[in-house]
Amino acid sequence: MPRRVVVVGAGFHGCSAALRLSNQGYEVTVIDKAYAGRHASGVNAGGVRRLGRHPAEIPLAIAAWERWLNMTSIVGDDCGFRPVGQIKVAENDNDMATLIERECQVRNLGFCHETLLSRDELYKRLPALASHCPGGLACDGDGYANPYRTVTAWRREAERQGACFREGIEITALEPKSNGWQLSSGGERFDADLLVNCAGAWAGEFCKWLGEPVPLTAEAPMLMITERLSPFLGTVVGATSRPLSFKQFENGTVLIGGGVRGVVDLARHVAETRLGGLAENADTVVSLFPFMKEARIMRTWAGVEAVMRDHIPVIGLSSQHDNVIHAFGFSAHGYQLGPITGEIVADLAMEREPKLPITPFSIQRFQTPCPKQDEFTYAN
Amino acid sequence: MITHDLVILGAGPAGMAAAATALKHDITPVIIDEQPAAGGQIYRALERTPLRGRHILDEEYWSGESLINGLADQRIDYRPATMVWQLTRQREVGLLHDDKVEMIRARHIILATGAMERPMPIPGWTLPGVMTAGSGQILLKSSGVVPQAPVVLAGCGPLLLLLAVQYLRAGVEVAAILDTTPRNRYCAALKYVPGALRNASTLLKGVGLLRELRRAGVRHIRDVSALRAEGSGQLERVLWKQQGDDQWQTLETPTLLLHQGVIPNTQITRAVDCHHEWDEQQLAWRPCLDEWLNTDIQGLAVAGDGGGIVGAKAAAMQGQLAGLGAALALGKLTLANSTERAQSIRKALARDTAIRPFLDVLYRPAKQWRLPDDDTLACRCEEVTGGEIRRMAKMGCRGPNQTKSFTRCGMGPCQGRMCGITVSELLADANQQSVEETGYYRLRPPFKPITLGQLAKAAEEG
Repeated sequence: MPRRVVVVGAGFHGCSAALRLSNQGYEVTVIDKAYAGRHASGVNAGGVRRLGRHPAEIPLAIAAWERWLNMTSIVGDDCGFRPVGQIKVAENDNDMATLIERECQVRNLGFCHETLLSRDELYKRLPALASHCPGGLACDGDGYANPYRTVTAWRREAERQGACFREGIEITALEPKSNGWQLSSGGERFDADLLVNCAGAWAGEFCKWLGEPVPLTAEAPMLMITERLSPFLGTVVGATSRPLSFKQFENGTVLIGGGVRGVVDLARHVAETRLGGLAENADTVVSLFPFMKEARIMRTWAGVEAVMRDHIPVIGLSSQHDNVIHAFGFSAHGYQLGPITGEIVADLAMEREPKLPITPFSIQRFQTPCPKQDEFTYAN
Repeated sequence: MITHDLVILGAGPAGMAAAATALKHDITPVIIDEQPAAGGQIYRALERTPLRGRHILDEEYWSGESLINGLADQRIDYRPATMVWQLTRQREVGLLHDDKVEMIRARHIILATGAMERPMPIPGWTLPGVMTAGSGQILLKSSGVVPQAPVVLAGCGPLLLLLAVQYLRAGVEVAAILDTTPRNRYCAALKYVPGALRNASTLLKGVGLLRELRRAGVRHIRDVSALRAEGSGQLERVLWKQQGDDQWQTLETPTLLLHQGVIPNTQITRAVDCHHEWDEQQLAWRPCLDEWLNTDIQGLAVAGDGGGIVGAKAAAMQGQLAGLGAALALGKLTLANSTERAQSIRKALARDTAIRPFLDVLYRPAKQWRLPDDDTLACRCEEVTGGEIRRMAKMGCRGPNQTKSFTRCGMGPCQGRMCGITVSELLADANQQSVEETGYYRLRPPFKPITLGQLAKAAEEG
């Protein structure tokens, strides 16, 4: 059995893998070119959402949600999780038809976490909503949490279990070496019996090195946050056919995101916001909550996310090497799944059958003709 | 989106001089300024100040007139009362004027956004009645308003003395100046006097200010080593200790004006992620600039105090230099031509800034004025104390972006302007690492808050 594991990437998934592997007695080193939670994991919108998941992700999202409910017992911190519920709002009859179809699809798969809301039920829950919306789709128990706090809590728990974090180290070369790998960063070398690729937007580079290229693009979902406003919104709100996710925190600030993209500058390892997209987002918000027109925006930002061609992650063993495990490409909705990634990676490392169905996430899917992309929006 | 040759941000001495120079070389600049009238902080409200007695504000203030008059040239697209809320690395500028959002693009940009006061987070600094010397001066210049007297001024630096004198001339009772310059600092600064003599006029002006204060009999308490403001709900008294004396002394006052010098306002250069360095002599961040004052971003230059504190006169010279740089970048001048024209400016600039090492050493703010104690607020907007930042450092936060995520420190309406330098220095101190390693906030647009409605309108107009 391999002993030394190197996890590349100290995002939520990397920290999750480090925690579970350390817990199983592996000697784990997590390497990050910046610091834990620098990109997608630390600066995302914080949505904890089963609502609207890709069918393949539903079992994972439900398992992850159970972990979110018990977060304190896992990492000693609730990570700011507030299960206030999430609602997708239909802005017109077409939207409503989409939501009805969606609810039916999920029910037919044997799940019952998504429920349709009539117009009356919708306005009972969202009294501040503009009056033109015919209904919605809700998932009670979903909510939001604090991303950076989450990564830090998982990282610290991984450290307590013995994992070692090396930040500010960029891997520049990867070579096979007697049943394992040697990673280099400048003059420094790291030996591993097992390599775990949690490198997010930079994971594609590793896949190239490993001889199994993947269709991954780095994207930068943009977010903006307002000044503190009087409480008017309890649940997280999304739109159906326009990119929007909208929530008010306990401190009164309102976070607006949902998928409008900024510009990624991979060389500088940063993402920038773009006026056009933000203006569009602002327009959506104002049409759903007209009084928000006067709310002042305090800050905008964008995080770098790995987005796969088919918008679902790669989780599983390498197709080329038996000592590499992948967990990346969560396509801007990986935050909620963080808690179960480590469990799956640990199962794979120990050569056990994972308790959750991960076949759809195999890297091999990109080595056969590409599957048709689903029409529904799966953004956070 | 309209593309302009040159966009200058800020109509202080640097911005105005840059515009005038650009014009000479066949460039018609756009000059954006947040204030309703040109002049920056130094020549603020010069055209409309209600202080008709020209002697209250000094000659240097009135010397801004010619620069301001230059803006009247029809070829200059001068846009007062216009807020810049975004700048991208592609030189797109987001503007807000009269509730309307507009985006323009520039081939070349000169940032002339000047300086801001260094925060001085002493216990009680957030009480009503406590403000900065700079804001005291703004009130004086723009509306002739003086704070409730008697006033106490505390800290160090030329502006503090200048304001004290201006108050005296305006008939405001100055109860005391609490001077935080340590006694041994005069000796340390002494060796820079010969250099400073190259700018003897400024040196003499300082001596003149001190003399005027002494003649007026203003109580000048030197060697102040500890300071606190107290009062219930608002300032009632100021307490201080002098070096070598363990007793607190007290003065009842309704107004305390604090000052520990000025630092470059790097809000915009940070937001576009220019390369910055920590200037140990000035104890401040500044963008790294080349000989034409260009940053490491193509087509983006910085003139004046925003690139390192130089003072108003030198800022105007840098404005000229950056104007030549723009002409060079836009192909209006050859390198040989611009180099030749720059020669005399560089000489004058060297002479004027020769006084800086002396001032920087003499008025270098001591640690206790820069690092708040555990119970004192570092971030006023989100009410985060020095103690909380130190606790975050213990938890493993190496830089201000991590403490931001934990405590919201720097995420309030001022967008970290007020606490940025304090938090960087606090973390460096607590983690025993350099400020350079500690880094600074990643800043995000909007630089100044805009409303969702204003932004949404921009979408409609494409």
